[in-house]
Amino acid sequence: MLSLIGILIVVAGFALRLNPLLVVTVAGIATGLVSGRGPVEVVGLFGKAFIESRYVAIVWLVLPVIGMLERAGLKERAHETVGRIHAATAGRVLLAYLAIRQITAALGLVSLGGHAQMVRPLVAPMAEGAAEHKLGTLDDDTRGLIRAHSAAVDNIGVFFGEDIFIAIGSILLIKGFLEQNGTVVEPAQLAKWAIPTALCAFVVHGVRLMLLDKKLARTIPRSNLDNVNSTTAA
Amino acid sequence: MIKLEFTYVLMGLMLAGVSIINLRDAANPRRYVNAAFWGIYGITFLVGSYLPDVVNGSLVIVMVLVASIGKLGQGVTPTTSPEERKASAARWGNKLYLPVLLVPICTLLGSTYLKGVMFNGAPLVEPKQITVIALGISTLIALTVGVLMLRPPVLSPLFESRRLMDSVGWAAVLPQSLAALGAVFAAAGVGQVIAQLASDHLPLGTPLAAVATYAVGMALFTIIMGNAFAAFPVMTAGIGLPLVVQHFGGDVVVVSAVGMLSGFCGTLMTPMAANFNIVPAALLELKDKNAVIKVQIPTGLILLLANITIMYLFAFRRA
Repeated sequence: MLSLIGILIVVAGFALRLNPLLVVTVAGIATGLVSGRGPVEVVGLFGKAFIESRYVAIVWLVLPVIGMLERAGLKERAHETVGRIHAATAGRVLLAYLAIRQITAALGLVSLGGHAQMVRPLVAPMAEGAAEHKLGTLDDDTRGLIRAHSAAVDNIGVFFGEDIFIAIGSILLIKGFLEQNGTVVEPAQLAKWAIPTALCAFVVHGVRLMLLDKKLARTIPRSNLDNVNSTTAA
Repeated sequence: MIKLEFTYVLMGLMLAGVSIINLRDAANPRRYVNAAFWGIYGITFLVGSYLPDVVNGSLVIVMVLVASIGKLGQGVTPTTSPEERKASAARWGNKLYLPVLLVPICTLLGSTYLKGVMFNGAPLVEPKQITVIALGISTLIALTVGVLMLRPPVLSPLFESRRLMDSVGWAAVLPQSLAALGAVFAAAGVGQVIAQLASDHLPLGTPLAAVATYAVGMALFTIIMGNAFAAFPVMTAGIGLPLVVQHFGGDVVVVSAVGMLSGFCGTLMTPMAANFNIVPAALLELKDKNAVIKVQIPTGLILLLANITIMYLFAFRRA
């Protein structure tokens, strides 16, 4: 029971809005100490795991490329491109990306996406751009909402697409775990049962994206819309 | 052979650059804090593989203290003005997309085609880590193409990295700290304690109750651990296999496949899955670090309900 102290620290720390990095480190060290290990061993355990998971940070390597292109007007270009498509709205741009992300992930192409590689440089500026062309200048909260939705679409697309591919990590983990417990299953069978949830995810989140468009149209002040209409008429 | 270490050295060099630029930025009152934070993080990439575990652990603790007590502060990076960007966007047009798209495309090609390539009788690229290494190589290719095309000031990619890394701040390190926490939890047997508590105290008398408990348990445990992969073995061994499959005769394939997806619903709803939820909020410069989670919660809850329904309807079909 004492080993649950780490979870308690995490929950309390996040609730009190302390620095998450500090909360997580304290929770790790506390859990290690109550499990009967010495301080040196606990710090070593924490350090070893930190070093072994450095691969999760490799996405940051793409930042010099993204930064250099932003400097050269990448976001402005994405904004411009989407403005030429008259049917584009924030919700529809994101729905299209959701479909692409789910389908490519289902084919095993998980690396065709990601927050640093695709969402910051392309998807978010396009969604924002589509909203601006329709609704005029956005306030910070609306801009933030569209950006949060852009990040969410990337997650939902990949989570509920990748399991349809037979050689993805989670399918192999399930197969390996069941084998250890004496049941042999085919990856293809497991992958097949990811399809119903994938379809539900597309429908549920697709509807939410259409509702986002409605909400955006409602929250943007009328005066803004008049400006857009008069400039397009001129 | 190109190993994972290659990408770590690249990452370490970039962080060292970010640290030095911060150190030399006299206009930023927080410059020493920023420089120390990114500098230590860079050291863990450059030489972390050769240092003893305790030294690495101590470096991490110092870095966390620097970030939480010292507080990071963003400096001002000299960059282009909005007008210059508009003009440049008009000048380059769709060519600007080329380097961005090169990253995923080269990663994809690299992880597919570099697998079989041999050099001096050994694989050219460490086969187990091929995707991560391919991503590292692809960013180098994209950077080279971008620099040749745009001819920006020599150090501008590094200055731009500093602008972006500083805006992400401590969130950049959180996914790794959480992975370390997960390792400590696993070593201390936290998962087994929770699964035991769940199976001792929850109502599991009917197939529907067992299915719901397993699916909700997967989601909740993922919310705590931040990772469905950590939750799956514990919850499936604790509730999924003994109750839903063995006791009530549920189909093992449906139960485990949909059980994992129930865990993914949890991933959508937790700050502990920092690389999916907190990092993008930082990367997109959102004021509310929980904004992405808030947007995802309704979809996560509806899909969890959908998973319970799917598991219940299809796991007990009689063939």
